[in-house]
Amino acid sequence: MIKQFIGLEWKAFFRSASFKVNLALKILMIFGAFWMIFSLGMMGVGLYFGLEKAGYEPLATVNKFMIYYLVADLLIRYMGQKMPVVNIQPLLLLPFTKPKIVKFALGKTILAFWNWMHAFFFVPFSIILIAQGYSLLGVIAWHLAMFCFIYINNFINVFLNDKLWFVISVAAVFAVLGYAQYAGMFDITAYTYPFFQSLYEAQWTVALPIAALVVTAMFAFKYFLARLYLDAGLAKKVSVASGGDLGWVDRFGKLSTFLKNDIRLILRNKRSKTTVIMSVFFLFYGLLFFTDFAGAVYEGPFWKMFAAVFVTGGFLFSFGQFVPSWDSAYYPLMMTQNIKYKEYLESKWLLMVVATVISTVLCIPYIYFGWDILIAILVGAVFNLGINTHLVLLGGAYIKTPIDLQSAKKAFGDKSSFNLKTLLLSLPKMLGPIVLYAIGQFTVGPWLGYVLVALAGIIGFAFRDKVFNQIIKIYKSEKYATLEAYKQNK
Amino acid sequence: MITIHNLSKSYNGVTVLNLEGIEIPRGQAFGLVGNNGAGKTTLFSCLLDLIQPTTGYIKNKELKVNESEDWKNHTASFIDETFLIGYLTPEEYFYFIGDLRGQNKADVDSLLAGFEDFFNDEIIGKRKYLRDLSKGNQKKVGIVATLIGNPEVIILDEPFANLDPTTQIRLKEIIKKMAMDRDVTVLVSSHDLQHVTEVCERIVVLEKGEQVKDIMTSPATLKELENYFSGEQKLSQEEE
Repeated sequence: MIKQFIGLEWKAFFRSASFKVNLALKILMIFGAFWMIFSLGMMGVGLYFGLEKAGYEPLATVNKFMIYYLVADLLIRYMGQKMPVVNIQPLLLLPFTKPKIVKFALGKTILAFWNWMHAFFFVPFSIILIAQGYSLLGVIAWHLAMFCFIYINNFINVFLNDKLWFVISVAAVFAVLGYAQYAGMFDITAYTYPFFQSLYEAQWTVALPIAALVVTAMFAFKYFLARLYLDAGLAKKVSVASGGDLGWVDRFGKLSTFLKNDIRLILRNKRSKTTVIMSVFFLFYGLLFFTDFAGAVYEGPFWKMFAAVFVTGGFLFSFGQFVPSWDSAYYPLMMTQNIKYKEYLESKWLLMVVATVISTVLCIPYIYFGWDILIAILVGAVFNLGINTHLVLLGGAYIKTPIDLQSAKKAFGDKSSFNLKTLLLSLPKMLGPIVLYAIGQFTVGPWLGYVLVALAGIIGFAFRDKVFNQIIKIYKSEKYATLEAYKQNK
Repeated sequence: MITIHNLSKSYNGVTVLNLEGIEIPRGQAFGLVGNNGAGKTTLFSCLLDLIQPTTGYIKNKELKVNESEDWKNHTASFIDETFLIGYLTPEEYFYFIGDLRGQNKADVDSLLAGFEDFFNDEIIGKRKYLRDLSKGNQKKVGIVATLIGNPEVIILDEPFANLDPTTQIRLKEIIKKMAMDRDVTVLVSSHDLQHVTEVCERIVVLEKGEQVKDIMTSPATLKELENYFSGEQKLSQEEE
């Protein structure tokens, strides 16, 4: 029976839509995975010597911060690791006993990347500990315990599905604890450290995490088994409509039809919400460029221009490049209705403009790093508004990947970003302002750099309708291909 | 109203649709019948310019559908769930379609008021997204949305499938009422021979992309169709 399960899994994996990506992306994905493995491995190797060099006792320091590591793991799991409920439904009617199905589903989580990626840190770290003369038995006990914790997290995540309030409170509590420790008010590690350290020193204590793992696994099993009904654990979530009738949007006249839809699109779908969250992260990108922290790497004045475009354009880039793919689920409807393409585009454009303005306002605190940073940000925003809004929409017209609005996955590094045309179009988005600024800076001075970039943005405004007409032409000429593509593997 | 001229569609050399010519006059209730793979949805997709025919063309009110887009103003259609916007509530969806068709909220509301029975109190005011409705209720929303803005051509693919008996009967009444209107041309495809003979004045049977029958509906039509689809007709033809 287990053989059949495994056969099913094998097919599910190799026949999944996301697996059928082009070769370039596959290579990139493999490269990315190796990079993750490499950096975790380096962390395992490097951490020991790094800590030793910095004058810390390596194992003790790791144990000190272990609690944060584990909590972070749990939070990341909650966001990323999905419960394997999807493939269960068809199994319910087949002659499998329910405990078997649950065992299989839970067993599948054991093999998840989320668990074994930690091995790339813990295994090299443990080996080095032993090589450096730590007690063999102690290290093995400690290592074993760590894996129990990772798997306890794995099973806790089974319960956590959809208990957002709990996850948020845990995150909040630990954020506060972390700050308290940083500020020297209260140190939680003073209480957790002895426990983790004792796993090494008094090896018998390893029985505790093992027992805890067994208990959590059993609870997870029972929890899952009891919910193996279509209206319980396997139920599709039905949400209550939110957001009211958006009457205030009516003031935009003809645009309001599409604008209302777009606002609802963003607010009510997982995928688009991820995009919004991502663009918030973009805001903090400036810290990398403007602070001394990374100053050495990004020296050179034009990096500042690059960062300015980046921090103010987060939403613009992540949302705009997928117009019209956002509407892929109901593209046939759009194509049979009397849609005014121009209003359709204007609505998306307006959203990007508003988001860029909001981002710019939120970026004002960067003034802390100097007036010229603020000027760079304002100028970058003008460039985004005048040029990049058009360029992303133009690039989006060539992207024919359907978007599954209800899946938060794939928001990071979508395969469609590797389309040659979009790649070419994305160059001027970033390089344009850098080059313009550099020209000004090296001829007359920084002020001319700013003026050139801002001027380009302002001139860009004038060409909006021209670009829109071009995009509409693409939409029309690509209509059948787009419809066909959106039908594929949603 | 609608002219199909030498229309064919092939995929990789396999012809899935091949029609010499069909003329659908204004106001006709036109039924399309055929087994799976007969080309019904392909024909409707060509009619809506969602796929390009390999040869020939379709004219909707003297406009070639792949050249002009003006036919969209007077044509409404519901083919499948890709015609619904999952993250909208039914009301929001109706208003959206209304907006596109130049109908304000009040117009849409007054139209919807006539469908209270049809909706069976499961659709309006429930604050549910379309994606969370049952297949049958989704279909109801899609069908009613085609009536917004007094279209002259209404295209429904398999409207009776997935509906409960009461709704099927009510839907028949709705389509019959539209069929009575001499200004509205209704095109319906169905697997249900009884329903389609009840509501359509004319029935075209497709098989493997070819037109095999074109019947003006009469009391004998249902029998004729049943004979055809049970395979008896073929036998009797061979005997001749």
